[in-house]
This record gives sequence, structure tokens and C-alpha cells, in this order.
Amino acid sequence: MKKFQGRVIFAEDFTGEAVVSRSGFNTLASFQKSALLKTSKKIIVSDQNNKDVYKKNVTGKILCLPETIGSTTGGMVIQTVASRNLSPKAFLFSKHIDPLAASGIILANVWNNVPIIAIDELGDDFLNEVNSGDEITIHADGSVYVSKNLDDSKDSDEVDDLEEEDLD
Amino acid sequence: MYQPKMELTDAQKDILNGRLGETVAKMMEVVVRYGDTFNAKRLVPITHRKGHFVTSFGINMLTPIYPLMDELIKTTIYCPDGMTMDPRPMDYKNVKASLLERIVSKKIIYGKQDQYESQLQQLGLKDLDGFTCTCYLKEVGNIPKYGDIISWAESSAVVFANSVLGARCNRNSGVVEMFQTLLGYVPEFGFITDAGRKATWKVIVRTTKKPTAQVLGSAIGMKVTSDVPYIVGLDKYLNELQDDGTIAYLKDMGAACASNGSVGLYHVHNITPEAKNLGESLLVENYKTYIIDDAELERVKSSYPVMWKKPNLKPKKCFIGCPHLSYDQLRLYSNRILDELAQVGRKKVTVYTVFTAAPQVIKKFSENDAGLLKRITDANIHLSSICPLMFVDNPLSGSKPMITNSNKLRTYSNCRYYDDDEIIDILVGKEKCR
Repeated sequence: MKKFQGRVIFAEDFTGEAVVSRSGFNTLASFQKSALLKTSKKIIVSDQNNKDVYKKNVTGKILCLPETIGSTTGGMVIQTVASRNLSPKAFLFSKHIDPLAASGIILANVWNNVPIIAIDELGDDFLNEVNSGDEITIHADGSVYVSKNLDDSKDSDEVDDLEEEDLD
Repeated sequence: MYQPKMELTDAQKDILNGRLGETVAKMMEVVVRYGDTFNAKRLVPITHRKGHFVTSFGINMLTPIYPLMDELIKTTIYCPDGMTMDPRPMDYKNVKASLLERIVSKKIIYGKQDQYESQLQQLGLKDLDGFTCTCYLKEVGNIPKYGDIISWAESSAVVFANSVLGARCNRNSGVVEMFQTLLGYVPEFGFITDAGRKATWKVIVRTTKKPTAQVLGSAIGMKVTSDVPYIVGLDKYLNELQDDGTIAYLKDMGAACASNGSVGLYHVHNITPEAKNLGESLLVENYKTYIIDDAELERVKSSYPVMWKKPNLKPKKCFIGCPHLSYDQLRLYSNRILDELAQVGRKKVTVYTVFTAAPQVIKKFSENDAGLLKRITDANIHLSSICPLMFVDNPLSGSKPMITNSNKLRTYSNCRYYDDDEIIDILVGKEKCR
């Protein structure tokens, strides 16, 4: 188990599964297809340009990323999926949080009272260490513990590839 | 109650403490928290008060927005100078769609459009023709001055305002941009400050010909992500900023930078205002370097995935104008396609084609170029002020094969990207999608 320390934007104790984007996470491109459907119960990432997370389920997961990129509707898209209980439970940024993600997470927490965890400045080592499917424990002081996923059957790539048809 | 880290004036503290009511206090808390996240020292006044809002569409999925708008309407604040808006999502008068597409769009996807526009009018929207992503074009006239502080969110407009106009605007999110506009303040960080406008990348353009704006912007966006690039080697291909062609080039390059990465400001050596004033002193020490040659542009372009079920399908629609076309671009594309059609002996384009531009630009084109308008209409090319992204962004319309010369539209839809030359070859029947 490896420990990383970040800056708290919103935090509480939480343990969950990592989904890792090693490049910038395009919020609109990732969330839009699932969010468009009124009946969606999860967000399956629809960003064709991001092979790390494409077609993965991020609802309730711990999204590990450098920062978000793309359309400036990104913040309100985060707010929207949060208000529908579809968003990741936590955003862990290796870099400083970007304005769009900050806006969405602040709106979700302040305007919609949906507690989304956000910790930033975890460093490049964090993103190099963590893999999709790893278990992550977050503490309210901004400390983050990464436990390697040793059980291949739980690899989120395999599980979530079964959900490709959701995008077709 | 939230304890701000930044220094607030007494008036700002009063708002945060509820002097203007609970809703305005909550808006202020969002803005102050936003600034605190970026270690802003204070809030500074917006100096160009005409707003521009990115959320122009009454899309059903944005469930928190409509009650939020109702809350804002009940307060005493509104936009005193009004605002322009991003383009509308639907225009079935000018863009054909099946009956099913119309029903799905109007009733299911964008069922809140009328309600939302009514809400916007209660917050200060006066100009019902002010729906375009290119509010900064002279025909539209929402043009901040050099040094003005603004609160916009439309990514292509933000990068244009920062880079080409020299205004100061962070890459705000929708909703937060509206809160800031209504409150009249933005937190002082990022592109609002001199330090935040320094370039951390030197991009060296070493191509053998003028690079396609859409692919150059894509390459830069993918490489520098949210950093500020200082671009050298491009000025030899561009005229001064007064030139409409240069404006259009920088508009399209910026939109691609912003959508393929998250660039909010770029400097072009010898061209953009801060680069002209300050030159390479805009570069920080230890900047990174990215060299772009023909091979690099080809590498980037060939990395775009084809999202069609089969690559050789015949496209159903072609969209040109994301971001919206300038007046000169409308004339250029019209004349060029008509000339090429004449050369191959065709009367109509092979794909139903839509040029998108601001309502004011289309009005000018219709008045000044009525003959040209008739000829392109006869050739199956149509003019609209919709947002093509919003138009195609639904499972029904989006599942059809469509083509575009816009990297932004490619990024957010299943549309397939082609350079101008390639797309015109397809439109006039010289080439097919393979």
C-alpha cells in the first residue's frame, strides 16, 4: 500500500475502486452519451480519444486523472451527473485542479448538496503508481492510499468491456 | 458558513453573508470558493459587462439548471448590459431532419428550449438574434477591448478573446460564468493576471506550407493541454490582425486548441497583441518546446478514430462552420465549392451540406450576396445559425455518417474530419469516404 498526500478541496473518508485516465479527461466527451439518456444508471465513458477510460463505468468510482480538458460545459456536466447520482464519487488530480472540474465539483457540493470528493496536487508519481481496478482509500486530511489490484478477474478493463453495447 | 481565504471588500462580504438573500449568497460562495481553489487574492470587477453564456440549449438532461434559473430570477440581480448566447440546437426551417428526429429533438432532448429562453430573458437576454459562438465578430458586436476583464465560458470564444483581442478571461465553466456575470466580479487568478498569461511552451512551426488551422490547433491542444503556447513560425503565413482571413484562421485554430486540449490563451509571434507588445519575453524560463512539421501534422490527423460502423459509408450530412463561419469564410467556401462543381460539371453537392454562421453574418450575406446565396441553395447547401454539435449530439442524428472540417465537432460527435481540400473533393464527387 502506497501513500500519497494531496490538497483537500472537498474530502471525507472513502474507499473505492480506481479508474485511471493518464491523459487529460475530457468531461463532456466522456459523460455526454450516458448523461443524455434519462434512464442511465451509470456513466460509461464515451470519449473516443481517451483509450485509458473509453467504455469504462465511472459512476461511484474514484477517478484518477491529471486534470480535465475539453468543452467549458464540463463543469455543469459534472454538476448534472452529480445531481443524478451518476458521477464519480471522487476526483483525484495529480496536478492542480483545473477551473472546469473545480466549478463542477463546487457547484455539486454547494448548490446541489451532493458530496463529491476532490483532492489535487497528488503528483505525477501518484498517476504513475495507480491503475484502473486498484483499491484506493481516501482520508479527509487529503491522504490517499493505493492498494494494487492483485486479482485479475477484477480488472475493470475486462468487466467494463462487456458494456460496450451501451454505447452502440 | 464558508470562511473565505481571499480578501473581500465589505460589500462583497455583505453579499456572502446574505444581504441580497440566500440565493445570491450561495452564488457568491461558489465564486469565492472557486477563486480560493486557485489561491486568488481577491475578486476584481468585470469591465466588459455584456455577458456571453455557453448554455444556450434547453436540454432535458441538464436537470439542475432550470430550478437554478428560477432561483436566480427570484433575486434582484440580472445582466444590465444583456448577453449573447451560444447557438441554438435546432433549426428545422433551414436544416432538414426526419419527422422522428424532429420529435425526438424538440420533445425529448431539447424539450426545455422555450422555457429556458424565457428564463434567460428574465435575466437580461434582449437580442433574440444573439445566438452564436462567435459573438466577438464585428457583425455581432460583443467585442471586449484589450485588457478588459470578462466572464465567458464558450471555449472557442474564451481563447479568441484572450489571444486575439487581448481581453482577460479564465476558462470558466457554464453556470459559474453566469454567476460571475450577474455578480459583476471574477476571482483574480490565471489568465486575469500577467503571470498567468506567460507561455510555458514554445511551439515552433516548421511546415512546408501554411498548416491547416484545424489540425495545427488540434496538435497544439493535444500537446500542451491547458498550458499557454507561444507559437513561432506561423506569422509568415498570416497577415496582420485586421485581415479577416487571419481572424478566421485564429478563430478555427483556437477552437481546435481548446477542444482537443484545453487551451485558453495562445500567443502568435508578431501577430497577436501581447506577442506584438512583449515578444518572446512572454515565455517563462525553462519553457518546453514542441516542433510541428508536416510529418507531425500528418501523425496527429491520422490518429483521429473513425467512429462510423463502416468507413466507406456515404455521408448523410456535411457541416461546415464549427465555430460559426465569418462573413469572408461564407463567401470563400461558397465560391470555392461552386467553382469546383462547375469544373466537374455537377450542379449539386453530393452530400446535404450546412454552413453555420451567426444570424448577423447570415443576414449580411443574404443582403450583400443574394445571387451567391441562391446559387449555393440551388447546389443543396444550406445556411443556419444552429450549433452543429448540439444538432448531431443525440443517438438518432448522431448515428448517421456525417462529415465536417471542424476538429471541435469531430471531438464531440461521430462526425468524420476532413481538411478543406478533402471535404470539397467529397462534396463535388471527386472523392468518396474510404
